[in-house]
Amino acid sequence: MINTLLVTSLILFGVAIAITLIRIIIGPSLPDRVLSLDMIGVQIVSSLAIISILLNTRAFLEVILVLAILAFISTISFTKYIERGVIIERKRDN
Amino acid sequence: MKINNVILRTVTKISVFIILTLAVYLFFAGHNSPGGGFIAGLVLAAAFVLLFLVYDMDTIRKGIPIDFKKIAAFGAFLAVGTGFGAFVFDVPFLTQSFDYFEVPFFGEVELSTVTIFEAGVSFAVVGVVITIILSISEDV
Repeated sequence: MINTLLVTSLILFGVAIAITLIRIIIGPSLPDRVLSLDMIGVQIVSSLAIISILLNTRAFLEVILVLAILAFISTISFTKYIERGVIIERKRDN
Repeated sequence: MKINNVILRTVTKISVFIILTLAVYLFFAGHNSPGGGFIAGLVLAAAFVLLFLVYDMDTIRKGIPIDFKKIAAFGAFLAVGTGFGAFVFDVPFLTQSFDYFEVPFFGEVELSTVTIFEAGVSFAVVGVVITIILSISEDV
């Protein structure tokens, strides 16, 4: 029962990632693409958690943490590039 | 134009310490489970890059007055020096040894010479990654 639920949710996550990938390709503006990339990161983290329940292992927990950190940092740097045009500033202006 | 990003700064002040704790955990988990000096160095570099992103370069340079090129050189020296330390005991290059010690408050812990080598690798990775990212971003 629980196995079927987990496999079904994995398939649904795959469909969701495919739909988000379409938004990345045809996305009209750059913020749409950045939002879709962050969404793909969240979906991959969630499906890794489901895989680690399904395989009954704890080996993927560090992978989940590291992937979440990298998705966070990349989203911040993309948004800063959109807003300021420069990623690491030399001197703060406010 | 002034941009008010107080939410991002407050989140960063807390999450940087979470990332640093994860780096230390990965460093010490590397002996028997996934982890090790290399990815501990990468996660440490990610924490520093997050600080450089959210604040600016001058503030972080004043707060952490470390030359990261010297950190990379020191790490490479430590890693190679651990290998050459095996020659003192008349064994081949990079030979490792370990032993169990009784440490108060922690019980029996395993100390090995691989940990020093991993610390060298970690220092080298942090120094190289931060140097590359800073010199790319200074170019713009």
